[in-house]
Amino acid sequence: MTKKKTAKWIHKDLLGLEYLSKEDIELLLDTAESFREILDRKIKKVPALRGKTVVNLFYEPSTRTRVSFEVAAKRLSADVINIAVESSSVKKGETLNDTGKNIEALKADIIVVRHNCSGAANMLARNVNISVINAGDGWHEHPTQALLDMFTLRKKTGKLEGLNVSIVGDIAHSRVARSNIWGLTKFGANVTVCAPDILIPPGIEKMNVKITDDIDEALSEADAINVLRMQFERDDMKAFPSQLEYFKKFGITDDRLKKAKKGIIVMHPGPINRGVEISSEVADGANSVILEQVTNGIAVRMAVLFWVAQVRDKEKKDEIGY
Amino acid sequence: MPLKQVFTKEEIERAITRISHEIIENNKGVKGLAIVGIRTRGYVLAERIATVINNLYGTKLDVGALDITFYRDDLSAISEQPVIHNTEIDFDIENKNIVLVDDVLYTGRTIRCGLDALIDFGRPKTIQLAVLIDRGHRELPIRADYVGKNIPTSQKELVQVKLQETDNEDSVTIEETGE
Repeated sequence: MTKKKTAKWIHKDLLGLEYLSKEDIELLLDTAESFREILDRKIKKVPALRGKTVVNLFYEPSTRTRVSFEVAAKRLSADVINIAVESSSVKKGETLNDTGKNIEALKADIIVVRHNCSGAANMLARNVNISVINAGDGWHEHPTQALLDMFTLRKKTGKLEGLNVSIVGDIAHSRVARSNIWGLTKFGANVTVCAPDILIPPGIEKMNVKITDDIDEALSEADAINVLRMQFERDDMKAFPSQLEYFKKFGITDDRLKKAKKGIIVMHPGPINRGVEISSEVADGANSVILEQVTNGIAVRMAVLFWVAQVRDKEKKDEIGY
Repeated sequence: MPLKQVFTKEEIERAITRISHEIIENNKGVKGLAIVGIRTRGYVLAERIATVINNLYGTKLDVGALDITFYRDDLSAISEQPVIHNTEIDFDIENKNIVLVDDVLYTGRTIRCGLDALIDFGRPKTIQLAVLIDRGHRELPIRADYVGKNIPTSQKELVQVKLQETDNEDSVTIEETGE
């Protein structure tokens, strides 16, 4: 029997994959593997976080991430409280830090926060002593999405090292892309980002990725593609002519997949827009792992909740500067 | 501190053979029988017991592995970071006679976790407990149905079970710790 050396988990918070080591991420993915098994049981629940309270604090509309965190916390026997900002005192002018401190005073143990400002989770984590998990902050990071993408990839292919992963779509506005790049490159995967020029953020090349605006090039060597949702509801997206135009140039279709490697893995963080960034045949096809991602997301979030809850000395902030 | 060997390779082997026979005797055969070991060494012992029974009766008993980390009541108190293994029970435990196996029975807390974890998979007909070593000092009302050897110990002592599959040798030793 081989004994695996595991990292010592020291992080009070999970704010982004930028701040984690490869060993930290490996520990999360391995733990998620154990939790994944629990989801197939008749009784899908373990008492690991009994007596802990998890607060979902969402400043942006989100169904799948919030529900995934809620299911994950409940599978661990934690109590879950959802705060939707529309119905909270944030509307009355309370700041994020004050809201956080109030949640802390209510003796909650973990805050899961989604915010439209980049860095919001980091700021909250500096100001409260309880754990903070970033469920997406602006264009910065969405670490649990990247973790579940990596978990799904590792489960499918066995390893992440040397894997060619292409991320296609709105890279500029995508925290999913950023977290994926941080995580995948730490494991030695080769990441290519593919988007129209206006959606490639300046400076992205410093993150050790290949850049292209040619979808066929992005597909040619890829073992997996991660298709991002086109956020046409954003005002600055007016720069792109139309959804149909985008589909013609960048949409993932059966014809395009035929030219790619056989068995290429198609991922999408959801919600999918059929006929915009991905065709229905591909979304529902044999290469798609989109629904597996949803299930794996619960296991990964259970692992994150489990480990941040194990850090006892919450007063001591992470050594890592954020 | 001096190490005292209390159980040799041969004695371990004989104990496992005897326990296997006792299991058969108690359950009046192998019908509906399955063995589940607690990770990591309980699982090794479970496989050995199953092998003995399979060789005797030409059966292929279901063997499962149970990781009890998520069921521990001392997760927030232990100083060492828990090592998490996978639970693998790929058969239905409903209405089976399950023999739960662990290496050392001490406070009984691990077994309590094991019982909780097992019952989350369904409702077995019976759960029986087999341990290689019973060292006493129970903190919960739990006892073993099959015992390899009773070893009276003091709480200062450390009982260490080593098995070929995990530690490259078969032995049980007692070590006096300074505390």
